[in-house]
Amino acid sequence: MSPKTLYDKIWDAHVAHKADDGTCLLYIDRHLVHEVTSPQAFEGLRMAGRSVRAPDKTIAVPDHNVPTTAGRNNPDQMPEDSRIQVAALDQNAKDFGIHYYPVNDVRQGIVHIVGPEQGWTLPGMTVVCGDSHTATHGAFGALAHGIGTSEVEHVLATQTLIQKKSKNMKVEITGKLAPGVTAKDITLSVIGETGTAGGTGYVIEYCGEAIRDLSMEGRMTVCNMAIEGGARAGIIAPDEKTFEYCMGRPHAPKGAQWEAALAYWKTLFSDDDAHWDKVVTIKGEDIAPVVTWGTSPEDVLPITATVPSADDFEGGKVGAAQRSLDYMGLEPGTPLSEIEIDTVFIGSCTNGRIEDLRAAAEILRGKKVAVKRAMVVPGSGLVRAQAEEEGLADIFKDAGFEWRLAGCSMCLAMNPDQLSEGERCAATSNRNFEGRQGYKGRTHLLSPAMAAAAAVTGKLTDVRELM
Amino acid sequence: MEKFTQLTGIAAPMPLVNIDTDMIIPKQFLKTIKRSGLGANLFDEMRFDRQGNEVEDFVLNQPQYREAQILVAGDNFGCGSSREHAPWALLDFGIRCVISTSFADIFYNNCFKNGILPIALPQEAIDVLMKDAEKGSNARMDVDLEAQTVTSSDGEVFSFEVDSFKKHCLLNGLDDIGLSLEKAASIDAFEAKIGQARPWV
Ligand code: SF4
Repeated sequence: MSPKTLYDKIWDAHVAHKADDGTCLLYIDRHLVHEVTSPQAFEGLRMAGRSVRAPDKTIAVPDHNVPTTAGRNNPDQMPEDSRIQVAALDQNAKDFGIHYYPVNDVRQGIVHIVGPEQGWTLPGMTVVCGDSHTATHGAFGALAHGIGTSEVEHVLATQTLIQKKSKNMKVEITGKLAPGVTAKDITLSVIGETGTAGGTGYVIEYCGEAIRDLSMEGRMTVCNMAIEGGARAGIIAPDEKTFEYCMGRPHAPKGAQWEAALAYWKTLFSDDDAHWDKVVTIKGEDIAPVVTWGTSPEDVLPITATVPSADDFEGGKVGAAQRSLDYMGLEPGTPLSEIEIDTVFIGSCTNGRIEDLRAAAEILRGKKVAVKRAMVVPGSGLVRAQAEEEGLADIFKDAGFEWRLAGCSMCLAMNPDQLSEGERCAATSNRNFEGRQGYKGRTHLLSPAMAAAAAVTGKLTDVRELM
Repeated sequence: MEKFTQLTGIAAPMPLVNIDTDMIIPKQFLKTIKRSGLGANLFDEMRFDRQGNEVEDFVLNQPQYREAQILVAGDNFGCGSSREHAPWALLDFGIRCVISTSFADIFYNNCFKNGILPIALPQEAIDVLMKDAEKGSNARMDVDLEAQTVTSSDGEVFSFEVDSFKKHCLLNGLDDIGLSLEKAASIDAFEAKIGQARPWV
């Protein structure tokens, strides 16, 4: 048998039909659904008189729109259009008989946090969701990617997706990370290196010692942003850490089935002499704590650097950089560590897990925030409960953070959590696009520890100075 | 889905690189449960000021581009989220074709599901077409999906690549779900097979 990458293996195990031109029907093991990208898909099914082919493999949770303030179960708290969208999901989940975690369920949260937490996401699976950050689930050695609403409808109706295979790219992070450097710094640095289109047409496998050393939470952070690098998916081969994370989760296999699954999962790795279409290698020790300065995730620099000038770039990027600088209100040559911050947002499917909250709390313990507004939004109700149990919630509250309920919140500001015009935010989310966190809002992406550091100093700050 | 075969129309130049889905249709317009009506808010934050007045120098507000059916754009068009609201908004505005050096993967796929043709061409070709688009409404480009060509208003012809299955569906306005359901027997067989091999799934 010819050597295969992990992606090749998962792909081959899911081809339900292959046409002469190479177009495949790829079988989908898990379909995650949220309220924003699904209503038109369910409507399409109704209009065509179709049902959901595999309701048992379909899991829905409202996350994008839901308020994260107390009392949100009261529908009056939601703006009319959000309420309608969430109500549509409630109704669709009921009508089509799919698994559902409603707003008032403690297991509710961001779809990409709920999936792994409940054991829906397992190694070797194909996982899709009408959301680009589905790449997160690749951390388990699953082939996971975002799809559009028409494809959501296609998966609901057929449990397959029409796909052509992507190319294989290997991103290897060698050696150890320096203290203060986290998974978020890895994933941002990779995008800084390859650009936002560097992964277009590829599935990226992240490997190397620095990746192996990461916890499952960290690996999810890395894979989450594969999409910002343009890739269809990011993936990490499963290992003992993965198996340990999955064991005992509500929807993970048990008993003899667990043993059978484990035996299969252990075959999920890229063969030594597998073919790679592109390889990027970065030394772990060369990665610094980073922040973004512009409005594209590739606009990333070590915190010790200064704001670049448009002339530092070439081609179409010159205009884009100037536009970014104007939008962000930054002067070239300013040290990044002198940029003053109004707001800190800790949360999102990139960094809303327990380990992220621990890392931030570690920096905040016994300190007070020096920004106008600081907010922690746990990725799920269960993350929130655990953080309360561990005393993290008190650390955040004592420091002056708002302690919110689970949801996407200010990651995309579809709910009431938004930046105002010109407000500058240090955010642990994944996109710094214009207007993403609110009209004319300014976003700097960074790790949870760096966000906490910015909260206590009121400026973008090298977290290593506070350690 | 509406067929796409051949189109002759005005092309609007948008040389900006990395035009993301948040720019194409900002999130406050994603709360709809319908597909239609999003054209009014296409590029909302660039097209209108806070009071809802048109921003004069934004390309689609200029008289010669109001009827544009084609966009010629900078690299990596459509990056960002998976929201199909982006192609819905373009389509609702009247855009049937986007030409760039490169597209984000999900956006690219979403276009084909909505009767929009995304065309990737090398930088040199984009440079020529961008200049052509800048001429305004006198410059009508011609896009022919069957022949896989774009012709500038000066008659310069550029050939593009497109996946044969996607081309077939777009030319005929075919609904993929119907096509895939014709293969239900293969899906059934596959499901039975993995039910044995990987019962935990
Ligand atoms: S947290 Fe942000 S990136 Fe993640 S699913 Fe929600 S809106 Fe999307």
